[in-house]
Amino acid sequence: MKSSVMRISNITMVGLRAIARNKMRSFLTALGIIIGVGCVIAVVAIGNGATKSVENTINSLGTNYIMLFPGAATSSGARMFTGNSTLTADDADAIKAECPAVAYVSPTVRAAAQIVAGELNWGTSIQGVSVDYPLIRSWNVSQGTFFSDQDVKGASKVCVLGTTVADNLFPDGEAAGQIVRIKNVPFKVLGVLEKKGGNMMGQDQDDTVIAPYTTVMKRLSGKTKIDMIQLSAVSADQVQQAQNEIDAVLRQRHRIAPNGDADFQMRSQEEIAQASGAQTAILRILLLVIAGISLLVGGIGIMNIMLVSVTERTREIGIRMAIGAKGRHVLLQFLFEAVTLAIVGGALGIALGIGASLAVKRFLQWPIVVTPASVALSFGVAAFVGIFFGYYPARKAAKLDPIDALRYE
Amino acid sequence: MVHEPNDPKKVIEIHGLTKVYEMGEVEVRALAGVDLLVDEGEFLAVMGPSGSGKSTLMNILGCLDRPTDGTYLLDGVDVSTLNRDERAVIRNAKIGFVFQSFNLLPRTSAAENVELPLIYGDLGWSRAERRKAAMDALFRVGLKGREHSHSSQLSGGQQQRVAIARALVTNPAMLLADEPTGNLDSRTSEEIIGIFQSLNDSGKTVVLITHEPDIAQHAKRVVTVRDGVIQNDEKIQQHRVGVRDNVSGIGPPVPAIAAEATS
Repeated sequence: MKSSVMRISNITMVGLRAIARNKMRSFLTALGIIIGVGCVIAVVAIGNGATKSVENTINSLGTNYIMLFPGAATSSGARMFTGNSTLTADDADAIKAECPAVAYVSPTVRAAAQIVAGELNWGTSIQGVSVDYPLIRSWNVSQGTFFSDQDVKGASKVCVLGTTVADNLFPDGEAAGQIVRIKNVPFKVLGVLEKKGGNMMGQDQDDTVIAPYTTVMKRLSGKTKIDMIQLSAVSADQVQQAQNEIDAVLRQRHRIAPNGDADFQMRSQEEIAQASGAQTAILRILLLVIAGISLLVGGIGIMNIMLVSVTERTREIGIRMAIGAKGRHVLLQFLFEAVTLAIVGGALGIALGIGASLAVKRFLQWPIVVTPASVALSFGVAAFVGIFFGYYPARKAAKLDPIDALRYE
Repeated sequence: MVHEPNDPKKVIEIHGLTKVYEMGEVEVRALAGVDLLVDEGEFLAVMGPSGSGKSTLMNILGCLDRPTDGTYLLDGVDVSTLNRDERAVIRNAKIGFVFQSFNLLPRTSAAENVELPLIYGDLGWSRAERRKAAMDALFRVGLKGREHSHSSQLSGGQQQRVAIARALVTNPAMLLADEPTGNLDSRTSEEIIGIFQSLNDSGKTVVLITHEPDIAQHAKRVVTVRDGVIQNDEKIQQHRVGVRDNVSGIGPPVPAIAAEATS
């Protein structure tokens, strides 16, 4: 006897022939894995795409971005935000003057209005800001210019348009240099902002008009307090330092004890990112659980059909044993069949998953990120599922008694 | 039996073989002390009604089962105490099975069916060598030209020929046929039995299990099993001859196979 172990190539040949002989059954066996792996790939791709777009949105807020709101930081006891703003433009000036860790400061006032240009009109929100605003939000004009410090000091009737507003009011021509009327006040359009896209809530950030905050307060809203202050720290590692300095300056100006409840609150880009990161982490875990369950179901499907297959092929196993197959040969053959089906199913599933992801991207315009890691992982899991769920039926086949197996009808 | 001084080689040597099945509390003695000697080149028919122990004997002869007691030398090897895997190796190397219901793999070509024992064997043959041996075996049973037909495309007689080719392909010490004509019409039965006779003429030892006296009469010797013992053992002087005209190419074993199988 030359070798006691049947050569692996023979086992694979026997297994492949058995698969080829039963194409329909083989396909049905693999179907669970095809769908399971396809599901994992698509779900992870969509999840990654969602995470990625949230990250992009948060980054689009601007670099080292801090928002400063009026009101109580936490609603301890019965205290709550009353709606009366506690922040003034002077607060913004003081922060700019006294906080070395703060690079740019822009008071922000909001108003809503109908904007008219010739025969066209468009309802949108108007944001009153300072000249620092484009630097804070990393948001430049694509056409014309932004307004100047002079315009802010003089409360000039000038504005820049978001692309959505520009497209709606001036569909055929250049917006810069035109006149628009806001609450019957004529404003000169100095420029148009770059396209920014949606924010985290899905709102179109380009559906806005930007004007000097002084102008908005004086001509449009009549408010004397400002709605919020937007700032940026000089660098990423100075964000906390900047928040500490702002806290100190505002407590002094608003006469609040260091341990008292502040009448303002701050939120940094980092904190927003963390909050949404926690959300996407939950989303990710949820998706992975779904994906895991579908692979498990696929694996059970393989085991199920392999068990049926062992019963159905009892006679075949008996023949193989009668003519000299050892238990080990039968075990390896069935295991090889299961693993091959799982791997082929995994490969088809990957193709299906990528195809489904691309379809979602194309037809639903969702952002999709297919990572090599998710492909490798689901492929590995498919192979493991094949071994794990193929072993029991294979062992059952290997333990059959050849006499009984040959008599099986 | 009378033994001559220059006895031919014994293929089967069985002494005091018993087989007891335990069915719960009850013990069933299927074989109650069987002695049997079969020379190389014999054509032996084993007869007996159902329940006689014939099937049990066939299972033990075929190394599918182990005796409870007694010894069984197959081609000089004591196989009565071998474990499952060792018996699988012996079955592969020394026994060629032919079954009543043909037992070919479905949706598999004749050539692939015949190759199967070589795949499980330890001969270390290449694919081409296996294919060549399968073709030769199919040629010997008169199936040249049907190598690529699947079982469903073959008649019962042709399927049984494929099964005989599969049994032959490893050049075993004996062919063990269990009711090989049970599913065939009488004309085809004669053809199949003719193939066994031709193979026997070329030196192959054949053991035929049957309950049909007509079929048994084709053998050179008939033993009858009853109640777990051999009741009768007779030589057939004028044995019947099966149909041979349809069989071609039956000759001595392929030398390569013979050399490998006895190593």
